[in-house]
Amino acid sequence: MSDSNTDVVQGTLDMLILKTLSLEPLHGFGIARRVEQISRGVFKVNPGSLLTALQRLERAGWLDSEWRRTENARRAKFYRLTRTGKKQLEIETADWTRRASAIARLLRQEG
Amino acid sequence: MALWRQLTCGVRRLVRSSNADDDAADEVEQYFADAVAAAKARGLSDHDAQAAARLEVGNVTAVREQVRSFGWENAVRTFWSDLRYAARQLRSHPGFTLVSVLTLAIGIGASTAIFSAVDPILFEPLPYPHGGRVMMIWNVYQGARSELSFGTYQELVHRSHSFESMSTFEPWQPAMTGAAQAERLDGQAVSAGFFGVLGVAPALGRDFQPSEDVLNGPKVVIVSNRLWQRRFRSDPAVLGQPIKLNGNSFTIIGVMPRSFDDLLSPAADVWTPAQYDTRERMKDFTSAVWGNHLRVVGRLRPGISRDQAFHELDQIARTPWPEFPRPRWASLSHGIILDSLQEDMASTVRSALLAVLGAVFLVLAIACVNVTNLVLARSQRRGEFSVRAALGASRLRILRQVVTESLLLAMLGGLLGLGLAAAGVRALIALSPSGLPRLDAIAVNRTAFVFAFSITALVGLLTGLIPALHISRGEMHAALQQTSRRTAGNHAYTRHVLVITEVALALILLISTGLLLHSMRRLLAVQPGFNPTQLLTLQVQTSGHQFDDLPSAPNAGSEARRRFFRNALDAVRNVPGVAQAAFTSALPLSDDPSWETLYGARFEGEDPRGGHNVIRYAVSPGYCQAMQIPIRRGRCIDEHDTATASPAALLSESFARSQFPGQNPIGKRLHVGPDNRPWFIVVGVVGDVRQTSLALDSPAAVYLSTEQTWFADDTLSFVVRTQGDAAALAPTVKNAIWSIDKDQPIVRVATMNQLIATTEAQRSFVLILFEAFGLVALALAAVGMYGVLAGSVVERTREIGVRAALGASRSSILALILRDGMRLTAAGIILGLCASAGATRFLVTLLYGISPLDWMTWLGVVALLAAVAAIACWAPAWRAACVDPSITLRAE
Repeated sequence: MSDSNTDVVQGTLDMLILKTLSLEPLHGFGIARRVEQISRGVFKVNPGSLLTALQRLERAGWLDSEWRRTENARRAKFYRLTRTGKKQLEIETADWTRRASAIARLLRQEG
Repeated sequence: MALWRQLTCGVRRLVRSSNADDDAADEVEQYFADAVAAAKARGLSDHDAQAAARLEVGNVTAVREQVRSFGWENAVRTFWSDLRYAARQLRSHPGFTLVSVLTLAIGIGASTAIFSAVDPILFEPLPYPHGGRVMMIWNVYQGARSELSFGTYQELVHRSHSFESMSTFEPWQPAMTGAAQAERLDGQAVSAGFFGVLGVAPALGRDFQPSEDVLNGPKVVIVSNRLWQRRFRSDPAVLGQPIKLNGNSFTIIGVMPRSFDDLLSPAADVWTPAQYDTRERMKDFTSAVWGNHLRVVGRLRPGISRDQAFHELDQIARTPWPEFPRPRWASLSHGIILDSLQEDMASTVRSALLAVLGAVFLVLAIACVNVTNLVLARSQRRGEFSVRAALGASRLRILRQVVTESLLLAMLGGLLGLGLAAAGVRALIALSPSGLPRLDAIAVNRTAFVFAFSITALVGLLTGLIPALHISRGEMHAALQQTSRRTAGNHAYTRHVLVITEVALALILLISTGLLLHSMRRLLAVQPGFNPTQLLTLQVQTSGHQFDDLPSAPNAGSEARRRFFRNALDAVRNVPGVAQAAFTSALPLSDDPSWETLYGARFEGEDPRGGHNVIRYAVSPGYCQAMQIPIRRGRCIDEHDTATASPAALLSESFARSQFPGQNPIGKRLHVGPDNRPWFIVVGVVGDVRQTSLALDSPAAVYLSTEQTWFADDTLSFVVRTQGDAAALAPTVKNAIWSIDKDQPIVRVATMNQLIATTEAQRSFVLILFEAFGLVALALAAVGMYGVLAGSVVERTREIGVRAALGASRSSILALILRDGMRLTAAGIILGLCASAGATRFLVTLLYGISPLDWMTWLGVVALLAAVAAIACWAPAWRAACVDPSITLRAE
């Protein structure tokens, strides 16, 4: 594990989970690993926050969950994006892009 | 939609909480296993993989708790478990729970009941539009409110500008005949604008018109919804129908709405225009327009304050105009009293109600202090909380637990209290003196309910917070250590303050109760001036055209009236079991209105413009004997005082003494009422009689013969001295009177002792409440004292054991604890005495014959409280004395 990893940026965990799940259904540990991999170890996901966030997203109707067998024959709770979840991901992505580019512009101007 | 899912998911999780918990646990478990597997896949050994996973995941239990604590339902679950825990706690201390809940219930129940009773009288707005603008206008007689005359009313109407409208009103109790049985109705004779002043119009038909309120105007009535339903079966066709009242045919022109509440005469069922003569007779001071027997109500113009109106009326009273001449008794020389109707209604009962309200708040305060005390006294909780804190409970969590427990206690107390309040209100209505206004409006109303529950919540929070803060203040670990030291520590201070407060509050209540009790005893020992036992009284009203004085036969009606009463008296005297009987125009202690009895009197040689207000008793022969009023000089009115004999008068003792000090008043001459009649000659002096109340001194009185007085009273009260039980004879006596004329209504049948009880009803009402509250306060103070001392004995067990081991005798330990208790009591008593000196001043108007600083009462109450406190201290002290040092010391 890299020393330079950081906690997920405040408020983006939901989006990262949704994005991760938009590729394929995953269980909790899988999501955490995937986020770390894709961010090349920049983001480290706290398991407590992740599992709580999963509950919250499921409660909001953006995820579905079911217990099923993993490839190595253990039971795991798999999460899957719902249709409203997909829509939410689009909204959050657009929102994030807008904000990120605004910040980038600001920083450029500063420099 | 999202909200709905939140709700359903939450509820599902609440219902199947173990499933959801397992789910969360499994998921965390699985996460951890995945982490281990991933580490192994990287080639770590079993042991190292476990360590790496633990590093990554963190404390598995903490994560599980974090995941579980998600969602609103978790807060509910925490609250629920708090509640369950609290219930368990309360169940495991049944004594504490029972005493606390009962204490709270009594405090809350009593205060709710009293507040329910007081609210409509003192605080709730009147049931009229802009009711705050409705004012009562009074004349002043001897500093108090008194009725005024139609002449005065006329002057005020013409000269004042502050009022939108004004109206007179006076009682009118016509006998309704024609239907099945003659019945006396309650009603009012009013000015045409009466309902306009109150702001209420008839629901059916129309209001009175000014053209109907003139001498010999049309005979019209408006009836109440009550009467309309009862006698006319709610028939709308009743308008225009005739109704026979006092032998005259009246036309019904209106029906008042069901919601109309005539606060000026709650029992009124009929209203008619008073039809005073507004012109010719204003100059004639002997005419009815100058009798002081009207009450006046007015509605202020919008924007005019009571003070502005008062200044205007006062100005009018002090500056007579020549075009408005005034007789002596309507000179307005003492000014005018102006009050809002609300204050006016409450004025007679205000001091009593406020005293009772004060008392009940004292009880509530004592109850709160007591419960706080009880909670504090459960010292074992300190150990428990320390343990919980040591196991990782946050301070907030412990606070929440304590507050939940207190609130549960308060809610239980509140619920039981509401039950008590409902019962209390019913008891209050049953007990209440007849003079209490707006009795119909008294019920456990919503205001009172809200009031009770806010008090409950407040008490809950208070009782919860004080001990909880206590716990937070004393450091947890210190408390843990203290479990093995247990000396009476710093925290005892709060409890001592509470006990002192409680004793002080109880003392205030008890001293007030003592004073009221003492003055009630004095009051009931007052001699009314006659013998009230075995005395039956009933009022007979003559009605019918046979009693009318017609122009053709000026005295025929009066003569018929006198003949009827003479015959009725003879019939009553012939009833077996009647020892003596007589009648009078004014019955003592019967709350006859004063205007019916007060007249001007002037002795020969006195200034014609001067005079005295005296009570005029027109009596039959044998009145003094039947009432057993002592004759001081001369003789009583007897059979010789007929219409043709020289007019005879008796003076009351104090009146005679004040007018003729050191002289014999027999033979003096005076006028009573009109000046143009022959002089009355004083033939005797009789003892003073209390007329309105036992508490009020007897006013000057003159007794005349009904045969010789200048008008024949239409209503006389019979007094019947019986040989046996007075009440049992009532039906026979009534039948005897009806044997003369069955159409004459007989009302207010009561024994004299009942009448006396009624006149003192307000005082005894207050007294009963104070007695009840005083007892409760005493019991609560004793319980509080016991609780604190018992708690402190438990805490000091080791200290006491050491003392005993070192040779302290049983009696010295007993004395030690008793001394502690009595020191608190003494401090409370001193504080209470100071507070009582201030508080009892509010009772002055309710006391009779004693000062609020009556030292006998104060001493007695202090002794009583000290004795009860000593008893409350004795039990814990005895327990302390029985401590076996060997057991105590080994136990630690």
